[in-house]
Amino acid sequence: MNRKQRLELARWAVSQAQKYGAGEVGVDISNKREIEVEFREGKLEQLKESTQNSLGLDIYANSRYSSHSTNDIRKESLEKFIGEAVAMTKYLTEDPYRSLPDPKYYQGQKEIDLQVNDPYYEKVTSEKRVKIAKELEKIASAQSDKIISSTSGYGDTYFEATKVNSNGFEGDRQGTYFSAGADVSVKDEITGGRPDGWDWRTVRFYKDLPSEETLAKNAVKRALQRIGQTKLESGLYDMIIENRSGWRIFYSLYTPMKASALQQKSSFLEGKLGQKIGSDKLTVIDDPLVKSGIGSRLYDGEGMAAKRRVMMDKGILRSYYIDTYYGKKLEMEPTTGDATNVVLDYGKRSLDEMVKGIKKGILVNSFIGGNSNSTTGDFSFGIGGLYIEDGEIIKPVGEMNISGNLADFLNKLVEVGNDPYLYSSLRLPCMYFKDVQFSGI
Amino acid sequence: MNKIKRREFLKLSAKGVAFATIPIVFKANPVAAFLTPPQEDAQLSDYYKHFGVDEKVIRDVMAAALEKGGDYCDVFFQHRISNWIGLEDKAVNRAYSDVDFGVGIRVVEEEQTGYSFTEEITPKAMKLAAKTAANIANQSKTAPPEELKLHNTPNYYPIQTMWEDVRIDQKIPYLEKINDKVFKNDSRIIKCKIWFSDQSTYILVANSQGRLVYDYQPMTYLVTSCNAEQNGKREENYFSLGGRQGIEYFSPKNVDRLADEAVHRTVVLFDAVQPEAGEMEVVLAAGSSGILLHEAIGHGMEADFNRKELSIFSDKMNQKVAEEFVTIVDDGTFPNARGAINVDDEGNDTEKTVLVENGILRSYLHDYISAKHYKVKPTGNGRRESFRYNPIPRMRNTYMINGPHTKEEIIKSVKKGLYTEAFTNGQVDIGVGDFSFYVKSGYMIENGKLTQPVKDINIIGNGPEVLKKIVMVANDFGLEEGGGTCGKYGQGVPVSDGLPTTKVSAITVSGVSS
Repeated sequence: MNRKQRLELARWAVSQAQKYGAGEVGVDISNKREIEVEFREGKLEQLKESTQNSLGLDIYANSRYSSHSTNDIRKESLEKFIGEAVAMTKYLTEDPYRSLPDPKYYQGQKEIDLQVNDPYYEKVTSEKRVKIAKELEKIASAQSDKIISSTSGYGDTYFEATKVNSNGFEGDRQGTYFSAGADVSVKDEITGGRPDGWDWRTVRFYKDLPSEETLAKNAVKRALQRIGQTKLESGLYDMIIENRSGWRIFYSLYTPMKASALQQKSSFLEGKLGQKIGSDKLTVIDDPLVKSGIGSRLYDGEGMAAKRRVMMDKGILRSYYIDTYYGKKLEMEPTTGDATNVVLDYGKRSLDEMVKGIKKGILVNSFIGGNSNSTTGDFSFGIGGLYIEDGEIIKPVGEMNISGNLADFLNKLVEVGNDPYLYSSLRLPCMYFKDVQFSGI
Repeated sequence: MNKIKRREFLKLSAKGVAFATIPIVFKANPVAAFLTPPQEDAQLSDYYKHFGVDEKVIRDVMAAALEKGGDYCDVFFQHRISNWIGLEDKAVNRAYSDVDFGVGIRVVEEEQTGYSFTEEITPKAMKLAAKTAANIANQSKTAPPEELKLHNTPNYYPIQTMWEDVRIDQKIPYLEKINDKVFKNDSRIIKCKIWFSDQSTYILVANSQGRLVYDYQPMTYLVTSCNAEQNGKREENYFSLGGRQGIEYFSPKNVDRLADEAVHRTVVLFDAVQPEAGEMEVVLAAGSSGILLHEAIGHGMEADFNRKELSIFSDKMNQKVAEEFVTIVDDGTFPNARGAINVDDEGNDTEKTVLVENGILRSYLHDYISAKHYKVKPTGNGRRESFRYNPIPRMRNTYMINGPHTKEEIIKSVKKGLYTEAFTNGQVDIGVGDFSFYVKSGYMIENGKLTQPVKDINIIGNGPEVLKKIVMVANDFGLEEGGGTCGKYGQGVPVSDGLPTTKVSAITVSGVSS
């Protein structure tokens, strides 16, 4: 389907739903092409290729709301699907807060190229995909005789999505993603284990993928670093979280920042707008307009124009993620329902420099399980990492937990690094927290 | 594309899952409505008609899949209809539904896999997908099977009414009843959210060995989550029930439990304390604590991790890994359990596979590829999230059978430790064997008695080490009733797990250092 066909189908679906009795209607149509190649021990392990479609429908009928999706987008199928979707909505209880966004929030969409759709995508051939994966695996396997198994891969995605809201919004976007990486397992004679290390990255433009050598060598280095891991005594340690692992903390912070959590009284950040909730080092910006950002977009999931927002400013909470529905319930102006690219006010020092300044601490470079409680702010996560003493990395550690309460923990942030991780929508740098509770022996 | 080897177990709490979109029915799907429900009395012809294919079309697709050679191929048709309705702020004011329909085609050459799928089930689209999958092989063509033979399977999930025949207005009163009871039960409750979901999945699997199988797979899940307030302090918790059950499962008694348990589990947290950080004795309550087995041993026994030598268990077969009273199985036949399957997604029979027998490691969990690699019979663990994915070895219902002790003597034996009761999620690093699981609520044990409640603590251990430290197993086996979704290589499949009351002599518990 081309852009015009998608738009026509979306408009048709809107009118069809209205014919059956819906008032307002929102329609999303998307298609996606994905290809993945995997190599293991010098052989093509897996080849996957597919194209998929989807149509989503938001129905607002007589103050009642329901939402539906299907991957069968033939008109004759959709006609029936839409009819039944509208029909079932009448059984629900009225909800006066449900509606499409006020059209004034559609205004002000930036007219810029976000650079998320790489024209080079068309030029990537099957041979090229296989070659990248093969090369990655070859380099990784040659790095150490301790390697038991190495797997590498390459994948790319092209998607197109059209959105139509019956009260005056029409949008269309296309984008590309490219991923590559390696995962290596090594023999650990000390513990008898088989630690692995990986480096997989995703970018919007092909040219931004790191070289095969960088990815392969880093995966192996990370696996070898884990040999001989032990757990330490329970206690308070300084902690640096490396850039690619910081997502664990930010995910825990994200749910309580959402309007649904505020309205449902399950957010420890309720009523904290304008108050200090973390250290001065905590400046967090939600920026949908970052060039080639993994989470970049010009309009949000509801069609509202995307804007850069300061969420936290030097530790002061400045904004929540507020969608139309919960915004109305809370009598708060909507911002946007979902996070885009999370950007921090980056610091001056690199991870290595930060490590050198630690007297006794742990560099956390992986999380394993754990969870958090958005109502109270309590959290507890399993970790893996490297023990640091007097600025030197001494040994790998694992089988330990960190825990605390976010309200307290965010004040322990004493420094953020200069190394944002650009391969995720969370563009986090390494972060240094003082006196964190670890449990081990 | 998420290539990170994360193996996670997520309980389906109101917060654990992004509730996708959709309800009604089969009738909502286009492709061809079943005129007669294809349940126990359904015929192969109903499935053929439903997917708009016949034996010849399938064999032609297989011929295209094997045109460049290959040892094996399979064709997996699937139609899934999912519904969710939600209660929030005392009203059932939202409903979602999703219809998913397609066919996946896989070609295997030795241990290599070519995979493609299409959402358009026409001979032309299927052959195109088959030719894409065929690219994994690079030889002269293999002949497709001369005929497809229907293989009949038992039914491990009998239900009274198929979910497509349950209307939304029949479901709504369940949520209203639970909500009323929640607020009547305790004046400290300030919010209550309830989700009710159901799913009907129809599959038709054919493979190049000539086997043809079909199955109807029902699923339902109901979760109540509560927020309570006391002296300016708030707490939240939830309780859920589900499985491959029909609506009759939500009996008056179970409806009461969905209200009472959710409230109880929430308000008890006001008195919760933090344990001391570090290693201690941990008693796992019967039932949902089976998540320990899922993480500590289950994933490590999935044969793909072993044939690739990635698992910490890959060199431990037939060795003693636990005390003699420890027997652990992975069981696809457990009636109406969330992880039950009549047949796996490669068309192989399901079974009760013994992972650990009286302390000795006995069998991995196999799919077609690993069974061939190890030259054993497949164990019926080849599962996939949907037609969009190739099958890989996955757990079903993983549990430990009863042991020689009693719950009372186990608790009495602990001087200072933890009793864990409700869980939300877990994860394992299968190479190192480290695993963790998150305890939503439990109790401290002091001098042989349960004392203060605890909440929100992560427990972390090492699989093979913890297995050795299982020192007592009671005789009160229970299977987790809510069930969870297990994630591996980006694919989620429904599973369950279980345990009798079990004592682990030392494991690291998060908390505060004194």
